[in-house]
Amino acid sequence: MNNEEPPIFTYSQPGKIGVNLPAAGVETTPLPTELLRQDDLAGFPELTEPEVIRHFTRISQRNYSIDTGFYPLGSCTMKYNPKLHEEAARLPGFAAAHPLQDEELSQGALQLMYELQTYLGEISGFDAVSLQPAAGAQGELTGILVFRAYHLDRGDTQRTEVLVPDSAHGTNPATAAMVGLKVIELKSDARGNVDLADLKAKLSPRTAGMMLTNPNTLGLFEEHIVEICRLVHEAGGLMYGDGANFNAILGIAKPGELGFDFMHYNLHKTFTTPHGGGGPGSGAVGCTAALAPYLPGPRVRRRDDGRYEFFTPEKSIGRMKAFHGNFGMLVRAWTYIRSMGATGLRAVSETAVLNANYVRVMLKDIYPQAIDRICMHEVVLRGQIAGAPKDVRTLDIAKRLIDYGFHPPTIYFPLIVPEALMIEPTETESKQTLDHFIATMRRIAAEAVETPEVLHAAPTKAPVRRLDEVRAARQPILRYDAAAIARLQSE
Amino acid sequence: MTHYIPITDADRREMLKAIGVEQIEDLFIDVPESHRFPPLNLPPALSEPELMAELNRLSELNAHARRYSIFLGAGAYNHFVPAAVDQILRRGEFYTAYTPYQPEISQGTLQAIFEYQSLICALTGMEIANASHYDGATALAESAIMALNVVRNRRKIVVARGVNPQYRAVLRTYLQGLDVEIVGDETPGASIADALAHVDEQTALLIVQNPDFLGRLHDLRGLGAQVQARGALLAIHFDPIALGLFQTPAEAGADIATGEGQPLGLGLAFGGPYLGIFTTRQKYVHKIAGRIVGVTKDVDGRMAYVLTLRAREQDIRRERATSNICTNQGLMALASAVYMSLMGKRGMRMVAEITYQRAHYAAKRIASLPGYRVLADQPFFREFVVQCPRPVAEINAALRAQGIIGGYDLSADEPQLGNAMLIAVTEMNSPAEIDRLVAALAEV
Ligand SMILES: Cc1ncc(COP(=O)(O)O)c(C=O)c1O
Repeated sequence: MNNEEPPIFTYSQPGKIGVNLPAAGVETTPLPTELLRQDDLAGFPELTEPEVIRHFTRISQRNYSIDTGFYPLGSCTMKYNPKLHEEAARLPGFAAAHPLQDEELSQGALQLMYELQTYLGEISGFDAVSLQPAAGAQGELTGILVFRAYHLDRGDTQRTEVLVPDSAHGTNPATAAMVGLKVIELKSDARGNVDLADLKAKLSPRTAGMMLTNPNTLGLFEEHIVEICRLVHEAGGLMYGDGANFNAILGIAKPGELGFDFMHYNLHKTFTTPHGGGGPGSGAVGCTAALAPYLPGPRVRRRDDGRYEFFTPEKSIGRMKAFHGNFGMLVRAWTYIRSMGATGLRAVSETAVLNANYVRVMLKDIYPQAIDRICMHEVVLRGQIAGAPKDVRTLDIAKRLIDYGFHPPTIYFPLIVPEALMIEPTETESKQTLDHFIATMRRIAAEAVETPEVLHAAPTKAPVRRLDEVRAARQPILRYDAAAIARLQSE
Repeated sequence: MTHYIPITDADRREMLKAIGVEQIEDLFIDVPESHRFPPLNLPPALSEPELMAELNRLSELNAHARRYSIFLGAGAYNHFVPAAVDQILRRGEFYTAYTPYQPEISQGTLQAIFEYQSLICALTGMEIANASHYDGATALAESAIMALNVVRNRRKIVVARGVNPQYRAVLRTYLQGLDVEIVGDETPGASIADALAHVDEQTALLIVQNPDFLGRLHDLRGLGAQVQARGALLAIHFDPIALGLFQTPAEAGADIATGEGQPLGLGLAFGGPYLGIFTTRQKYVHKIAGRIVGVTKDVDGRMAYVLTLRAREQDIRRERATSNICTNQGLMALASAVYMSLMGKRGMRMVAEITYQRAHYAAKRIASLPGYRVLADQPFFREFVVQCPRPVAEINAALRAQGIIGGYDLSADEPQLGNAMLIAVTEMNSPAEIDRLVAALAEV
C-alpha cells in the first residue's frame, strides 16, 4: 500500500494502444480538414492494457475503503455495499438500455422505478416521489425550487427567506442561495434542538420554508419536531427535510407523518448505493400531495392496463438533469429494499442507533459528548481530552486513528461544536470492530496526555504523511505538468 | 440479524446493558410516541436467489444493446466499453470509498481524479477541469451560474437552439430563481449566428454545442473573440468522442467548456450515472464549482494529491459558495480516466474516425433510398437528420420488429423538419448492421 505510483503519463511511449478496435470497414469519406483539431491530442498518454490495469490497481491500493476497514464517517453512512447490488445493476437490461428507447421496450426499468417510488414514499410517509435528482444537494435544490413554485403559484410573492439551523450542512444554505433566497440562520438550544424562541422570532410572512435535518447533525432527534412543523406551517412556510440521516429512522418514524412537506433521500447513504470515491449518488425526493404537481419530471406511473409510463407533473419546475436520474443507483436501492423488507429495515435503524449509543457510552467519559443525550445513528463528541496539552486537537486524534488502521470520523462538523468528532458506526459493523475502535480511541486519549508528539506526527503508517495543503492552494498544479512537478520535488 | 448486520442477540443484550437501557425501543423515546414505530407496508423480503431471479426478469423486459441494434443517440451513445474499465470500477478500494477528505488514506481516489482532470484538459485543450458534475446538462447549467459570477451585473444568458433540448430545459430549471433572462433558442432552426446576434451588453454568457444536437459540426474558430469583444463569456458544450478528431473548445476560444462524459466508457445505463465534464480557464479557478484535486508534498517531501482551493465550496463558504454541489460523479470520472488511458492518442482518434466513417456510410446509403432525404448540407460527426416518408413513430415500430432501435423522433423538438429522425451511428454498429437498417428502412 505504501508504494508510490507515478502519474500515468510517465509510462507513455509513442505508438502504444490499450484497446483492440475494428476497422471501419466501409468506403472512406474524406474528413473536413478545416474542422480537424490542430494539436494531434498533445499530452494524451499511450499505454497498453496491462500497463493501464497495473497502474490503476496500484493506485487503488493507496485508498481506504469500506471493504478494507471501519469507516465511521459521520453524516455519510458508510455502511457495507452488498455485492449482489453490483451484479444487479450490471444486468444487460439495466446497464445496456438506452434512456430514450420506447417505453414499451423499457417496461422492466419503468416497473423498477415505479416500485422504488412507491417504497420510498411508504418508508417516509410521502405521497409522491421523484427519482430524478443525482445527489442530496440536488434533491435540496429540487425541494427549494418546488417551495418557490408553490408559493408563487398561490400568488404569494413575498416569501424570500429560508430558515436554516446553525448546525446544518453547508449544502442547505448554499442551496437556498442558488434559488435566490435569503438564508436566515437559527440558533440551537442547550439540548441540541432548534431554539424555539429564535424560530418564533424569525418566522414571518417572508418565510418560504425551513430546512431541517432530523435526526440533526448532532446525531439527536429533534425533540420539538411536531411543534416546529406546526409553527412553520402556521407562518405559511413549508418544511424541508434533509434526509442525510434517514438511516436512523427506518420503521421508527415517517418524516411525512411528523409534518415535513418534502425531503430528499440519499440513496448513497441510507440505501447503501456505493459512494464511489465521491459519487455517483442519488438524491431522490418525496413530498406531500400538495407539492406533487411541482415535482420534476419524468416520474413513472402505472396505467390502468398495468403498463408503466413516464409523465411530467402539470406544474413541474422542470428537469433537474438529462434523462431519468442515476438509474444504476435506483437498481441498487430497489434491490436493497427488497432484500431487507420492512422488518429488515427497522433492524437496520435499530442496530445503527444501538451501535452509535454503544460507542457513545464507552467513550464519553474521555471525549465529552457535545450534548449529553441518547443519540441516534451517530454521536458527536469533542476531541478535548482532560490533561492533554492544548495543542492536541481533533485533527491530531483523527490522524492518529489512521495509524491504527481506522478511517477517522467526520471532524469539525457540525460547526457549532468545538473540536467535533462525529462518529457514525452504521449497522454493518460487529461488536468486535466497535470494541476495537473504542479501545483504540481510549489508547489515543492516553497518548494525548503521555506522548502528544506522537499524535502531532501522525499518521506515519499511511501511504503519505500530513500534506502541505497551503502549497497546494498557493501554487496550484491542477493537471499533469512534468516541469511543475519536478520543481515541486526539488524544492 | 440479517446477513448484512453482524450484531448477535447476545451482543445486543450486552450493549443495551452498557448503554443502561432495557430494550432497544428505549433508545427512541425522543420520537413522539404517536408517531413511533409506524408499520411499513412493503413486499416481503426476498432471499438472494429469489431476488436475482426477479431482477433478471425485470432486466429481460427491457430492450438492450446486446439484443438490439441501436441507432438511437440524442445525448446517450452506444460506444464501445473495453472490459478493462469495469474491472477497475469493481475494485472495492475505489467504489466503497467516500469523497477523499482524508488525503493520507485516499491517494488512490485523489490520483485518479487528478489524472482525470489532466486527461480532460488534454482532450479539450482547456486549462483546468474540476472533478465532475452530475451530468452534461448540469455541467452546462453550472456554466451559466459561473458566468453570472464572473461577469458582474449582467443578467442575460444566450443559448443556441443547437444545444440539446433537455439541457436547455435543465438550464431553465437551475436559473428560475435567479432573475435571469434566457434567450436565443426560441426559433426552430435558429443558427449559432442567430444566437450570436442576441449577445449584447446585458449578456453574461453564450452557450453553443458542437457537434450540435442534430450532429452538425461547426467551425467555431474566432467565436470566443467575438463574444469576449462584447464583454461576455463563451461556453461550448463538446462531445468527448468527436474531440478525437475535431476542433477543440480551446481552439474556438471558449472560456468554459462542458461535456457529457457518458461516451467515455460509461455505457448507456438507461440514462445514468453519467459524467458532467466542466473545464475553464486558469484565471477563473476561484469561480469554478465542485471539487478540484491538486499536487503537493507531505512532510517527508513525498509527492501527494489533495483536494484544493476548497474555500469555494459549500461546506466552508455555505451560502456564498460557488454552488451547492457536494457528492459528484467520482467513480464515473475514474471510468472515463481508465477509458482514455486505454484508448490513448491513437485509440481516441480511431474511435472518432470509425464513428465518422460509418455514420457517413449509413447516411449515404439511406440517402439513396426512395422517399428518404438526408440533411447533409453541413459536415456532421455521428448523428444526422433523415426526413422520412412516414411518421417516425411508425417507422420505429417497424424497425423494432426487426430487432432495431431506430433514431430519435425530432417531431416534438424540431417540427419544421417534418417526419425527421435523428440517427446515431457508432463503432458498435457494424457495416452489416447498417446494411440491415437500410434494408429495413427500404421496406417500411
Ligand atoms: C447532512 C447532510 N446534508 C446534505 C448532504 C449533501 O448530500 P450529497 O453529498 O449527496 O449532495 C450531506 C452529505 O454529505 C449531509 O451529510
